[in-house]
Amino acid sequence: MNALSSPGALADQAGAPTGTETDGDIDTMPALELCALSKRYTLGGGLFKRGRALQAVSEVSLAIPRGQVMGLVGESGCGKSTLAKMLLGLVTPSAGEVRVDGRPLGDAGQKALARHIQPIFQDPYSSLNPRKRVAAIVELPLRVHGIGTPRERARRVAETLDLVGLPQRAATQFPGQLSGGQRQRVAIARALIMRPDIVICDEPTSALDVSVQAQILNLLLDLKQEFGLTYLFISHDLAVVEHLVDRVAVMYLGRIVEEGSREQIFAAPRHPYTQALLASALTPEPGLGVPDIGLGDVMPDPSNPPSGCAFHPRCPKAQARCRETRPALMAETTGVSRAACHFASA
Amino acid sequence: MPLLDVQDLRVDLPVEAGTLHAVRGIDLSVERGEMLCLVGESGCGKSMTSLALMGLLPRRARLSAGRLDFDGESLTALSERRRGQLRGRRMAMIFQEPMTALNPAYTLGNQLCEAFLRHRLGNRRQARERAIELLERVGISAAAERLAQYPHQLSGGLRQRVMIAMALMCDPDLIIADEPTTALDVTIQAQILRLLRDLQQELGTAVIFITHDLGVVARIADRVAVMYAGEVIETAPTQALYANPSHPYTRGLLSCIPAPGKTPPGSRLQAIPGVVPSLVGEVEGCAFRNRCPLVREGQVDAARCERTPELRQLAGAHQARCHYAEHRAATRVVQPELSP
Repeated sequence: MNALSSPGALADQAGAPTGTETDGDIDTMPALELCALSKRYTLGGGLFKRGRALQAVSEVSLAIPRGQVMGLVGESGCGKSTLAKMLLGLVTPSAGEVRVDGRPLGDAGQKALARHIQPIFQDPYSSLNPRKRVAAIVELPLRVHGIGTPRERARRVAETLDLVGLPQRAATQFPGQLSGGQRQRVAIARALIMRPDIVICDEPTSALDVSVQAQILNLLLDLKQEFGLTYLFISHDLAVVEHLVDRVAVMYLGRIVEEGSREQIFAAPRHPYTQALLASALTPEPGLGVPDIGLGDVMPDPSNPPSGCAFHPRCPKAQARCRETRPALMAETTGVSRAACHFASA
Repeated sequence: MPLLDVQDLRVDLPVEAGTLHAVRGIDLSVERGEMLCLVGESGCGKSMTSLALMGLLPRRARLSAGRLDFDGESLTALSERRRGQLRGRRMAMIFQEPMTALNPAYTLGNQLCEAFLRHRLGNRRQARERAIELLERVGISAAAERLAQYPHQLSGGLRQRVMIAMALMCDPDLIIADEPTTALDVTIQAQILRLLRDLQQELGTAVIFITHDLGVVARIADRVAVMYAGEVIETAPTQALYANPSHPYTRGLLSCIPAPGKTPPGSRLQAIPGVVPSLVGEVEGCAFRNRCPLVREGQVDAARCERTPELRQLAGAHQARCHYAEHRAATRVVQPELSP
C-alpha cells in the first residue's frame, strides 16, 4: 500500500466533482443508474431498402451504489460491450438514460461524461498509442480538459504512476517497452488521472497471464478502497467476478435476465441461464470432469430474436408459455435476486 | 514404448540481440490414448514445443533433440516428404482460433476432405461419407448441408467442432490441441472440452492439450507438464499435481487464481511478483529464482539455486525441477507486494 501516496493532494487538483459531498441524498443515491437503456442498430438497408433492426441492448435498468462493484456477465454478443460504450458516451442510446449521482447525463456532452466515467479496456496492447511515451498517454486526459499548467500536470502524472505501482522511469518509455501487466497499469493510470467516480472495466485482465492478473486485481481493489470508486466490471471469468464484485447482473441477448448480490447469484442462482453459466465454470478441482450443461452451441441471432423468452430455445426448463410470453424482470424483493423467468426457482 | 518420446528438445530462434532459446531441453513422453496437458504462461515455450513436434516451426528456427521418436521412428531423421506424410495423417493439430485456421474461401466439405484425399485414404465419395459421419459425431446437425457452407456461416463453437472433425478425418494417433477453447465462451468451452474428452477416450487417440488455464487442466488431463521459461519444471499425474504441487512456480500459479469457497471475496490474491527472465542468451541457474518465494524469504540456500536444477524424481511419477522440491514451508500464506 506504500504506493498509494497522497490521494488528498490529487483530489484537490482534480477540478472535477470528487463525490466527497456529504448531503444525505447523495449518499443514498446510486453512483450510476441506467434507466431502461436501449440500443438499436439498423443493419444493411440502402436508399430505397429498409434495413433490419438489431436490438443490441433492451431496456436495461441497473443501479450501482457508490463504492460498490457491479459485475456484468454473459456470452459474447449479449450486448455487454455495447452497454459499456453507451456509458462512456461512445455510442448514443436509442432510448433511456444514464444518471450519475441522480443527474441525467443525456445532454452533458462527452467531455463532461469523461470527468465522471473512465474506461479500462481489455487489451493493453491496442488501447495505448504505441508512438507516445507513457507520460504523454497518462497526461492526455488532463490536456484535453485543460487542467493545470504543464508543471502541475507532470506532477500529477508522476503521482499517478506511483499510485498504480509503475516505476518513474516508465514515464519516458513507450508502451512497446513494457510488459502486459505494466501496460494495463498505464491504462489504469490514464483512467484515474481524471479522478473519475466511476470506472468501466471491460475484461481488464483477460489478456493477461494469471500471475499478472492477480497483481492487477489486487491493484483495482486497493484503488477502489482508497478512492471509493464505483466499478462496472465486465468479465467472462466467473471466479474473478465472484472474487471482486458486490453485485452481479447477468445479460442474455441484450437483456438483464438476473440481478442480485454476489451471495444470491453465486449461492442460489434462479435463472436457468445463470445456473448454466455457473455450472460451466471450471474450477481447478481434479476428478470432477467436465460438466454436461446441455445448452447447445447456438446463441440466437440478435437481429431475429426468438419469441417469448429469448432463452427458451436453449433452456432445459422451457414450456409453451416461454415461447409465447416474455418474462419480465421481477421487482426487487428481500433476500432473493431479480430474475426474468416464468419458472425461476425460489 | 510410448507413442511419442522426446528427450532434450531444444528450439532456438535467431533474433536481433542474439539467440532466443524458446525451448530449453524438455523431455516429454505421451502414451497411446493419453491426455497430456502442457500448461504455462505466455512465452514459456508451449506453442513452440507443439510446432516443433508437428514439424511446423518457422524456417529460421533451429531444432535439436536428443531423441524425437514417434511410434518408434525418429522424426529428426525423416525427409520433409515423409514428415508431410505423417502430418495430418497420424498427427493432427487443432488451433486456438478456428476462424484463422480455416480457409474462408473454401467450403467446409472441401477442407474436411482435403487431408483424407491427399493421404489417399479413399475416393471423393468415401471422404464425403467420412466427413458427414464425423460432423454428426461432433454434434453438428444437418451435416450433409453443412459441407457446402463456408466458415463464416458458422458460430465460433461450431467452427471449433468442425476443426475437431477435421483433425479426426484420417484417424490420427496423436492430436495436438493448442488452446482450442480459449477464444470461446465458457458455456461453449465446457461442451467442446466434453466432446474432445469423450472422443479421445472412445477412439483411444493420444492428445497433447496446450493451455494456460489450470481449471481446464484439472478437469481433462491424465497427466500434466508445467512449463516455465522454456523448460518443463514439473510433471505429474493430474491428481498428484494438484494435491501436492512441488515446484514453487506451480504453487504460485495455483494460488493466484481465486478459488470459490476458499479465497475470501475481496481479499488480496497471491501474485507472483517479478517477470519471466529473458531467454535471449544463456540462462544460468534456476530460471525461477528471481521470483521464487523460497529464495526471497531466505528459506533456502540461494547459492544452490545459482546452479541449474535437474528434473528430479519425487514420489511416483512426480518430477520437479527444483533443488528444494521437498521443501514445504512455502505453502504458508505470504502477502505479496503491490509493485511488480
